[in-house]
Amino acid sequence: MEGFLVALVIASTPLLFATLGEIMTEKAGLLNLGVEGMMLIGAVAGFGAGYTTNSPVIAVIAAIVAGGFSGLLFGFLTISLRANQVVSGLTLTIFGAGFSSFLGTNFIGLKMSESFITSFEPFKIPLLSSIPIIGNALFNQDLFVYGGMIVAILLGVYLYRTRKGLNLVAVGENPSAADASGINVDLYKYVHLTLGGALCGLGGAYLSVVDVPQWQDNITAGRGWIAIALVIFVAWNPIKAIFGAYLFGGLSIIGFRLQQYGISQSLLDTLPYLVTIIVLVISSTRNSKDNGPPKGLSVPYFREER
Amino acid sequence: MNANVYVKMHNISKTFGLVKANDSVNFEVNKGEIHALLGENGAGKSTLMNMLSGIYKPDSGSIFIRGKETIFHSPKESINMGIGMIHQHVKLVDVQTATENIIMGMKGGFFVNSKSISGKINKVSEQFGLLVDPNKKVYDMSIGEKQAVEILKVLYKGADILIMDEPTAVLTPQETKKLFETMRKMANEGCAIIIITHKLNEVMEISDRVTVLRKGKTIGTLITRETSPKEMTDMMVGETTNLSIHRAEVLRGNKVLEVDHIYAKNKQGVDVLKDISFNLYEGEVVGVAGVTGSGQKELCETISGLYPTESGRILFKEENLIGLTPKDIIKRGISMSFIPEDRLGMGLVASMDMVDNFLLKVHHEQKGALVKRKPVAKQCERIIKKLNISTPGINHPIKQLSGGNIQKVLIGREIDTNPHVLITAYAVRGLDVGASHTIYDLINEQKRKGVGILFIGEDLDVLLGLCDRIIVMCEGLITGNVITTEVTKDEIGLMMAGGKMAGIKKEEVLHAND
Amino acid sequence: MRMIKRTDMTPSKAILIRTIAISLSILIASLFIVIMGHNPLSVFVSMIVGAFGTAYRIQDTLTIAIPLVVTSIGIMIAFKMKFWNIGAEGQILMGAFMASYVALNYGDLPKIVLLPLMFIAGFVGGGFWALIPAVLKVQFGTNETIITLMLNYIAINWITYLQYGPWKDPGSMGFPRIAEFSDNALLPKLFGVHVGWIIAIIIVIIISFILAKTKNGYKLSVVGESVDTARYAGMNVKRIIITSIVVSGGICGLVGMMEVSGVNRTLTAGVSAGYGYTAIITTWLSGLKATVIIPVSILFAGMIKGGSFIQTAFQIPQSAADLLQALILFFVIGSEFFIQYRLVKSEKKEVA
Repeated sequence: MEGFLVALVIASTPLLFATLGEIMTEKAGLLNLGVEGMMLIGAVAGFGAGYTTNSPVIAVIAAIVAGGFSGLLFGFLTISLRANQVVSGLTLTIFGAGFSSFLGTNFIGLKMSESFITSFEPFKIPLLSSIPIIGNALFNQDLFVYGGMIVAILLGVYLYRTRKGLNLVAVGENPSAADASGINVDLYKYVHLTLGGALCGLGGAYLSVVDVPQWQDNITAGRGWIAIALVIFVAWNPIKAIFGAYLFGGLSIIGFRLQQYGISQSLLDTLPYLVTIIVLVISSTRNSKDNGPPKGLSVPYFREER
Repeated sequence: MNANVYVKMHNISKTFGLVKANDSVNFEVNKGEIHALLGENGAGKSTLMNMLSGIYKPDSGSIFIRGKETIFHSPKESINMGIGMIHQHVKLVDVQTATENIIMGMKGGFFVNSKSISGKINKVSEQFGLLVDPNKKVYDMSIGEKQAVEILKVLYKGADILIMDEPTAVLTPQETKKLFETMRKMANEGCAIIIITHKLNEVMEISDRVTVLRKGKTIGTLITRETSPKEMTDMMVGETTNLSIHRAEVLRGNKVLEVDHIYAKNKQGVDVLKDISFNLYEGEVVGVAGVTGSGQKELCETISGLYPTESGRILFKEENLIGLTPKDIIKRGISMSFIPEDRLGMGLVASMDMVDNFLLKVHHEQKGALVKRKPVAKQCERIIKKLNISTPGINHPIKQLSGGNIQKVLIGREIDTNPHVLITAYAVRGLDVGASHTIYDLINEQKRKGVGILFIGEDLDVLLGLCDRIIVMCEGLITGNVITTEVTKDEIGLMMAGGKMAGIKKEEVLHAND
Repeated sequence: MRMIKRTDMTPSKAILIRTIAISLSILIASLFIVIMGHNPLSVFVSMIVGAFGTAYRIQDTLTIAIPLVVTSIGIMIAFKMKFWNIGAEGQILMGAFMASYVALNYGDLPKIVLLPLMFIAGFVGGGFWALIPAVLKVQFGTNETIITLMLNYIAINWITYLQYGPWKDPGSMGFPRIAEFSDNALLPKLFGVHVGWIIAIIIVIIISFILAKTKNGYKLSVVGESVDTARYAGMNVKRIIITSIVVSGGICGLVGMMEVSGVNRTLTAGVSAGYGYTAIITTWLSGLKATVIIPVSILFAGMIKGGSFIQTAFQIPQSAADLLQALILFFVIGSEFFIQYRLVKSEKKEVA
């Protein structure tokens, strides 16, 4: 059981990063369906930089920069060029898949060095890690796992307790109100889209740099899409995203664990997707004022129009 | 320059595409003054004020604030100069509290200290008599409260030049009265207040001076107590000719529509139509008056079969329409045109040409699986001639036509279906006087043909001029059902606010007050 | 700089702008090829030669173009309704699954009966897979993009399950493989390409006709443009959406049938080969016009085929072709802006 929980938290970490990234993006009123692509770009950048330099710091920075740039690219298309967000996001995914597979051809089968891997070894947080059952899963993990939880909490504080965060909510909900109040709507969108892309890139890099850590083609295997569903599942709330990610992380590894009981792994592997569908249907039937999507989501905003 | 001149806009011009929205406009407001900016829809009032609040940039001309020439590159710069705009449609974030909305976009510490901010807000709101709960979410507020938040928003930022864009449009007369008191208080505290409006009585009641715009040009600035509504109308309209609306005298025929105790709820379960009953006769125009959102749209959609009812009947020549599909109702000759605020979106497909837009109504009648565009094209050519629609051709996307022509297309199509009942909502929305009269003529023509017409309107003068009877709605109730010639505008205004009136039978009044 | 909505756009100007966009994307791609140490011209030439150089290669390219054309038509119908169906991949798989079910269980039927049966089965499989998101969207407003995508993964896992479990060929000596179809279940060939190409052309013609001339096609475009207007015109919006989406998915399902019957001769989880995703690009690039879909699809098939050719010739990875596709799409999406707006330099200038 404890081993399962540890694996669950690890499996949930890339989901958590990507979900937080997409929450940021959607809070700014942009629906970026390119999460999968941004994760792949981050994954290949992180792996490539990490492998060539053997420096964990550079690997992380490379993933952040690459993810951020891919967010920026989406922003240029949808904010400045007013392109359709759905199609732009899909293209970003196709681009990310092609890009990572293209660069990754050189990395296939390569493994990070031992010294590199040790820098992402789990370390115990005293006292907390000795809590029974959950102690090891939550407080004896690698830097990324802690980082994910910290980012989630920071993002929660940012969105609900700071001026910039409240402004961001206004931009996503009612951009013309934000504009009239002197908020630079486009700047807010660009900044949060880039930060969101960076988080998605980190999520991808966790897979290639820490979790696997070996390059394989299409390493994200649809996690980016699950993250988009998770955003809806957790009602755009970063704190809830931690638990949503745990749930989906658990579902994604349960198939492998239950195989020994003679249940088909292929069928069990459909669980995360099935649950996503069910969750989406349930969340679209409830009609809550506070838990709905940002009202300006995927609606372009331009001031000069009349 | 006089330091008391808070705002001076000199020779301002602004063009949108091919439309000259402002053409060398001059405008001045003093400290402590309430200045009305008067003009018809499309006269360029909102454009002018959007330039003062930094939303648009003027193409040419200069703006002086407290004597200093200023160029605004963004709303932020305008706000920093102490200018605050209160928009007609409140610009608030529903999921946030009053406090969060008020501090939106303001500088300050990284974290929000709600307690100290709430204290400051309370201070400002007491000073001006604006009662708002700082922790209430906007989606729980009434329209009046929302507007109070809007005003607080600009006052809190220290604005002393306030622009109010048709602030009374969505208010009841009582709420309006309260707003005017607040405005007076603000002026006495030294603010300069600009109120955009096209309602003459409001100009007379609240303003010190008034500037009239027409077709993007300044016509003149007057001292309110030295002018009269007549003079202002002449300046607004530009012609001294009698513009009273002609009402076709037609002997009314048989009852064509009977709305009988209709109740309806919206998706949130709130009653939107409460015990609606009235009759409509052939050759009669019945107007529907009421503040926006009193149930007019729901009433239109109910009759057209688009809105579910809880109970009640709608009889068309003895047949109950409730339960029929919208298609069946159209086939029976009940035609509805609803002009939404963006004009398009309901009734027309912007990207399609005129033929395909006319097909919307007639494709039900065509036999077989194919659409036949040829006869429709002929029909379109005929309508273009008859209504004098200016368009490059019947195969031109209608979104490229001007607003007035788009409306002519829509209403022309509805009328050409030879309906028995014609429902038009906001038929002259945003049209100039000339185009509006074309529409009134069309309606009168239908009336002479014996069509029963339900005319939903905003402007009471139009309703009084055009209609035979007026139904007044307030919060989903009918608060009045009166013969036009036997009622005054003030009486209708009272009914719009929920007051009872003469002309409605006693038992119905009792019902209405349930 | 500020932007102004254009009113002077003509179709020829729009085509010019798109052509410039595509040229720019090829220019950027050339730059990359130079950085990789190759001559872009010779790479592009050998791509073309690899795709269209011999009769055999043309046949191969067309075999890839067929599923792209048909899938694009299916997606186009959905996109016209603003229903962002990215589930063509799953719809292809489910169509293939149903057609295979018929082929494997009734392989003894004569060709003339069996093939139409498989055809119908394919349509039903794809249609059913599209019905799910359509109903959810109409009833609950559920986001169709994510649902259709999730259904892709479920379909892949479902076929994998069949392949490893109940449908595993006992004669495959332990390999997780589904049995080959009987000869009766195979699409005949004409000019060296399975007759799917004729079916594709027929589908393009039928769908173009329906959209341009029939009431149902007309209703579809109205609903796609404005749901409110369609309601006001008395249309049954829900029914129109559901029917159109089922047809959209059904057409994608036909692709699955043609692939198992005309190309693979059996069912595998890889039968859709990413056509469902590539077709999204071809559909969008075709401007949602059925007739434009054919040349664009052939072009993309050429890129796929040529991409695998340059892999052997220059050791450039096959994914370079994917990158090139995405690049072209980026530029075309971006170029739409210049079709809608134009930039004006200063704010003092009067606009004529």
